[in-house]
Amino acid sequence: MSELHKRTLTELAAGLRARKFSSVEVVRAFLGRIESRQGTLNAFVSVTSEQALAEAAGADRALASGGGGALTGVPIAHKDLFCTRGVRTSCGSRMLDNFVSPYDATVVARLKAAGAISLGKTNMDEFAMGSSNENSYYGPVRNPWNVQLVPGGSSGGSAAAVAARLVPGATGTDTGGSIRQPAALCGITGIKPTYGRVSRFGMVAFASSLDQGGVLTVSAADAALMLREMAGFDPNDSTSVEAPVPDYVAALDAPLAGLKVGLLKEFFDKGLEAGNERRIREALQVFEKLGAQLREVSLPNLPLSVPTYYVVAPAEASSNLARFDGVRYGYRCKEPRDLLDLYQRSRGEGFGAEVKRRIMTGTYVLSAGYYDAYYLRAQKVRQLITDDFRRAFAEVDVLMGPMTPTAAFAIGAKTDDPIAMYLNDIYTIGANLAGVPAMSVPCGFVAGLPVGLQIVGPHFGEAKLLNVAHRYQLETDWHTRVPQGYA
Amino acid sequence: MYDFALVFSLHHAHRRTLAMALTREQIAGIAALARLNLTPAEIPVYQESLSKILDFVGALQRARTEGVTPMSHPLPGLSQRLRPDVVTEQDRHEEHQRNAPQVAAGLYLVPKVIE
Repeated sequence: MSELHKRTLTELAAGLRARKFSSVEVVRAFLGRIESRQGTLNAFVSVTSEQALAEAAGADRALASGGGGALTGVPIAHKDLFCTRGVRTSCGSRMLDNFVSPYDATVVARLKAAGAISLGKTNMDEFAMGSSNENSYYGPVRNPWNVQLVPGGSSGGSAAAVAARLVPGATGTDTGGSIRQPAALCGITGIKPTYGRVSRFGMVAFASSLDQGGVLTVSAADAALMLREMAGFDPNDSTSVEAPVPDYVAALDAPLAGLKVGLLKEFFDKGLEAGNERRIREALQVFEKLGAQLREVSLPNLPLSVPTYYVVAPAEASSNLARFDGVRYGYRCKEPRDLLDLYQRSRGEGFGAEVKRRIMTGTYVLSAGYYDAYYLRAQKVRQLITDDFRRAFAEVDVLMGPMTPTAAFAIGAKTDDPIAMYLNDIYTIGANLAGVPAMSVPCGFVAGLPVGLQIVGPHFGEAKLLNVAHRYQLETDWHTRVPQGYA
Repeated sequence: MYDFALVFSLHHAHRRTLAMALTREQIAGIAALARLNLTPAEIPVYQESLSKILDFVGALQRARTEGVTPMSHPLPGLSQRLRPDVVTEQDRHEEHQRNAPQVAAGLYLVPKVIE
């Protein structure tokens, strides 16, 4: 049973149901891998071995009596910003280092109800602010393809853990690319659903009009299975959409003949490295072979995505993070002189550098006299970008382009220049601003490092995205590649 | 009064131009509004990076936005749902307060506010 980690999430779920192996065996196998690789990769903030093994025993009993759900006995991990009852939820921050959530996020509760077993909480950029996982209070996560490099962020722990086969699937969140960019840099599959598709209840808020939960897995088929169990209306989230969730798994196999694919013209710019572009063009040829019709599509306002995002997201963050006051939960400074000192020092000491930078940016752009020039204008440009997407989807079924301009970069390479770091998200942010679903699919390597193809769909087009990605993965084996030393 | 005064001074010092280098005093003012204590060493760091960020997002000024309705939400037409006015939550304050730095008799403790 030493080869259990080589099975995909879908294979594990089927094997458990057929009782080819037990959940205790599967959970033990993955916990063993986490234990031996944690020192190198730092992908986890907390590992909940005892609880996982107890739940695995329960899953085996349920399976023995013919019970259980779609994921019974399957191990997963949660990004450490999903609240987990009785388990620390740190959000990668000193501020929440001591926070033990009194409730489960809806995503956590739903996956639990489907029978999935959480092995622990994955490392992340503090409050999901970052694209390299270097902003964590718990130290950087390392990319299993080369440990000198970043795994991407902010869901870097989830991406590294799945890439290294420490867990077959993990949750993530994507506010400006935080599922797709690390999925691309780690050579795995990741999907950010439509805004409102997955409940935000119990997800520590960063930018509420952009935040969306999703999954990181080996294959599109695995993502379909996990997302089907996670998605759906939740009365506890006021922006959750009341619409039925299609069976993403059942929709995977539809043929792609006649699929209209728009190539995102603005993404094939001079910032895109030549090697990355070649991999994307090769992937597009595969889709042509599958019967897709390719055409170039222009979204002229898309280049304004990054400045728009870096007004909207910090503005919402400054408001959301006002709740951390050192009074009700979280970090409190030592010996406060008075209430103001308590607030200011608890926040000054509890938040890391990038979080403070974004809170201050947000405070500034929302302050009197600047609101119209920055925030209101950004909301107008956001509308223009969204209109671009709507026009594009009147003509094509999906959009395709690169996920990132380059492969993974070195740890420390961009930490001194926030703008250089922000520009990592140049291809990811548009989908967040428009609220449309988007995913990253492994499509080859440049100098031994994975490259991701981005596929973007119209609102509630997840089933089509997963179908398109799955058909591609039937033709290629990039998603099955495992970093050296992790096979 | 405290907050308004600060906002007012920010506004007046810089309404002439948008792309600019922020002063130490402005960074201190923003930090105070955000209730963030900064060390003296942090101020020049944020002076530089916030100035760069504001310059960078200044690109938005070039966009043609006449007549465009500001977008506050990614899903148009979504309205706030109402629910029946009935109690759905149980009292779990003891469990919630276990995360609080200082609690007594079910109350959150802070430094003395009124002399």
